[in-house]
Amino acid sequence: MTTTAPETTTTADGRTIGPVVMEMKNITLRFGGVAAITDISFDIREGEIRAIIGPNGAGKSSMLNVISGFYTPQEGEVWYKGAPRPPMKPYEVARQGIARTFQNIALFEGMTVLDNVMTGRLTHMHTPIWRQAIWKGRAEQEEIANREVCEKVIDFLEIQHIRKTPVARLPYGLKKRVELARALAAEPSLLLLDEPMAGMNVEEKEDMSRFILDVNDEFGTTIALIEHDMGVVMDLSDRVVVMDYGKKIGDGTPDEVRNNQDVIDAYLGVEH
Amino acid sequence: MADATVGAGDGHLSVPALLHHNATRHGDKAAYREKEYGVWQNWTWAQTEKEVEALALGLINLGVNKGDFIAIIGRNRPYLYWAMVAAQSVGAVPVPLYQDAVAEEMAYVLDHCGARFVVAGDQEQVDKVLEIQDRLSNLEHMIYLDPRGMRKYDHSRLHEYSHVQEQGRAARDELTPELERRRSALGYDDTCVMLYTSGTTGKPKGVVLSNRNIIETAKASSEFDHLRAGDEVLAYLPMAWVGDFIFSIGQAYWTGFCVNCPESPDTMMTDLKEIGPTYYFAPPRIFETQLTSVMIRMEDAGKFKQWLFRHFMAHARKVGPAILDGKPVGIWDRFKYALGEVAIYGPLKNTLGFGRVRVGYTAGEAIGPEIFDFYRSLGINLKQLYGQTEASVFITQQPDGEVRSDTVGVPSPGVEIRIAENGEVFYRSAGTFVEYYKNPESTADTKDPEGWVATGDAGFIEEGSGHLRIIDRAKDVGQMADGRLFAPKYVENKLKFFPNILEAVVFGADRETCTAFINIDLTAVGNWAERNNIAYASYQELAGHPRVLETIQAHVEEVNASVAEDDMLSGCQIHRFLVLHKELDADDGELTRTRKVRRKIIAEKFDDLVTALYDGSDSIYTETEVTYEDGRKGKIRATLEIRDAKVVPTAGKAAA
Repeated sequence: MTTTAPETTTTADGRTIGPVVMEMKNITLRFGGVAAITDISFDIREGEIRAIIGPNGAGKSSMLNVISGFYTPQEGEVWYKGAPRPPMKPYEVARQGIARTFQNIALFEGMTVLDNVMTGRLTHMHTPIWRQAIWKGRAEQEEIANREVCEKVIDFLEIQHIRKTPVARLPYGLKKRVELARALAAEPSLLLLDEPMAGMNVEEKEDMSRFILDVNDEFGTTIALIEHDMGVVMDLSDRVVVMDYGKKIGDGTPDEVRNNQDVIDAYLGVEH
Repeated sequence: MADATVGAGDGHLSVPALLHHNATRHGDKAAYREKEYGVWQNWTWAQTEKEVEALALGLINLGVNKGDFIAIIGRNRPYLYWAMVAAQSVGAVPVPLYQDAVAEEMAYVLDHCGARFVVAGDQEQVDKVLEIQDRLSNLEHMIYLDPRGMRKYDHSRLHEYSHVQEQGRAARDELTPELERRRSALGYDDTCVMLYTSGTTGKPKGVVLSNRNIIETAKASSEFDHLRAGDEVLAYLPMAWVGDFIFSIGQAYWTGFCVNCPESPDTMMTDLKEIGPTYYFAPPRIFETQLTSVMIRMEDAGKFKQWLFRHFMAHARKVGPAILDGKPVGIWDRFKYALGEVAIYGPLKNTLGFGRVRVGYTAGEAIGPEIFDFYRSLGINLKQLYGQTEASVFITQQPDGEVRSDTVGVPSPGVEIRIAENGEVFYRSAGTFVEYYKNPESTADTKDPEGWVATGDAGFIEEGSGHLRIIDRAKDVGQMADGRLFAPKYVENKLKFFPNILEAVVFGADRETCTAFINIDLTAVGNWAERNNIAYASYQELAGHPRVLETIQAHVEEVNASVAEDDMLSGCQIHRFLVLHKELDADDGELTRTRKVRRKIIAEKFDDLVTALYDGSDSIYTETEVTYEDGRKGKIRATLEIRDAKVVPTAGKAAA
């Protein structure tokens, strides 16, 4: 695979795509004898929306877990910000500025929306626990600062009306949005979205698409997403990786991918 | 400049002058609050004056001339109120528009007034104006408030609100003399604001209101209800509506009270509770919705709480209004009421956000007597007023102690009222509008040379009390084929008093019998369906459910019985009705932006349904075009059942 020199391009709608921030180099991931991912390489550039698509069981979620550092591949290297990344704990990944959402919502159901979003600030809290117990003073100042960030995210995602509502009482589409809010509260430089539109109706999908584009546009956040819905992916993404049976079968702009014969075969089936 | 020692009002000839007066008199008192990022942000009168001044200088810098029209589109935010006052400060005329209007409707208004500038709340409003800008030859610059999503737009004619203010501040030394000159030139008869009427018929008309209209009205009405500087209001009704202009600008600047803006339309109820306004206004619909939600939630409460609620509410209904009006009430009843205040009324009022309301008004439509009495029995001083844009709101209002659900009160201070021979109500006051902009014929039709204005409503002054009672729109009051009186609104209001019925349209002019379209209220009927295990997938399905139709039929028959009691109107009983498959909507042109029924348009649009109501068929298949919120159009299809309702025979009366 070619490693292109760092360069900056501007998209048709005026966004700036920067140099490569993350690169997968010949990744292979096996669970016992099953190869979930075989020799996959691709890169993610700063400021772009990068999609990973593929039929069921293609290895998309495994790939995302490799990016997030949850799985360590048996072969290959993950390069992040110009250096190979050693195996690390999830919280270390979070401290590197990577945040994610989950396919099956993983919120604290009994807590309010605001409290859930505040948990996204955890990596930004530095006061020791005894100070937080006393609270007055530094911990209070820190909480106010963190609350401000959370409130801006809440405003951005238009969920002010449910700020104090326990998450368990919310409909599915809103829970997804709260999860996105929690990820954004961490002010990530790389945001991973695992099937952000799964199980949504058309209107909820439209809303979510708009928020994803807005996040990318307003904060310049790099976004890597996995998605089933081809229509959504093709509209949102700058570049798309297509996987099938753990292998990469296509990589390029939505138009290139759409006309790729291997991709068409994988999605529509082929006569053997 | 006006002298602050001169008695209030005298000498303050414009809203900017009142602003300066307030900044001097209560500089450190709160003028505006808005909840943003979860916290109530606060601006004092002194800060407000600085903000408005910065924007006004920025407007001059952008090239605003005296007499220009500046359209203002967005939800209630302090910044947009400042934009109106800044426009006035530089001699321009603010024209607030309904924020939920579709681009087409905006095109008419913007073109009609020839707005050179637009101040828009956010990207959504900017997009709407950009969509129609080819047709607006006068439009030069647009200012937007919320920069979100605006970065990539072509900024040659677009400006961010805060940047305009910054430029204004930067050019202060250079432009202040010009601002001073324009501000001091503002006279009592200069235009204060132009508001477009929603228009139940035809195109909207631009109502020109002068400083005299607004300030005199604000003065008289503030004194009537003893409004004062410490009062709080929640500004949540459309800025384009005259009521909001009078409450949030007129009276607020006159008395110096504080205007609170909600965080977003969805948080209105929470914000209301947090602010606890002392002066409150809402159309009947809001009171209905709140009552419905209270009742629904009470059904989920425990047995003891339900008993407590019912017991004390019954007591409140018995003595509450009398206590509120200061009438003699027995000591035991008073004690029990005080107990109820602690146990039920107080907490309930707090939950509703009415804990501190001293004066509350409802207007625009008739309010159901039960709803009205419910709030009054809790000790909330809810009153009715009657008004219109052309009168700067106030025509009649109810004084404390003389409040009833079936009248709209006595003439407001400074208003004269006359009933014409055909029953139409005429008025004359200091608040009477100047003219309809660029429409001398309509002006002449509505306002005679002596200043009397036709309201278009039929009514009469009640003997004894001197209160005005409104029957119906004069235009709508007609005759049936056999000559009996036909007053559709009267019947519709009776129907709408049922929580299950959101909207009703009665037909019957020049016909043998009356029939009706009915819209169900999704909240109330949906809750009922849930309790009774009735599954439904859509509004349409619920509206067509046989058991829903049965309920509605029972309501219609109850209304028939009540209408039959009135000899004059007994012909208006509803013989046949159907429940519509879609909610009547302003986006489809069926309602005005203030949610009044546009009878003629509905009759034309649903012509097939009206025919079916009269040709005796049991059901009808229909297709209706609907407009979605983003302006796209779609079709919904349905087969509607038509039902016959029992009517009470009124033998012999018809022939008379």
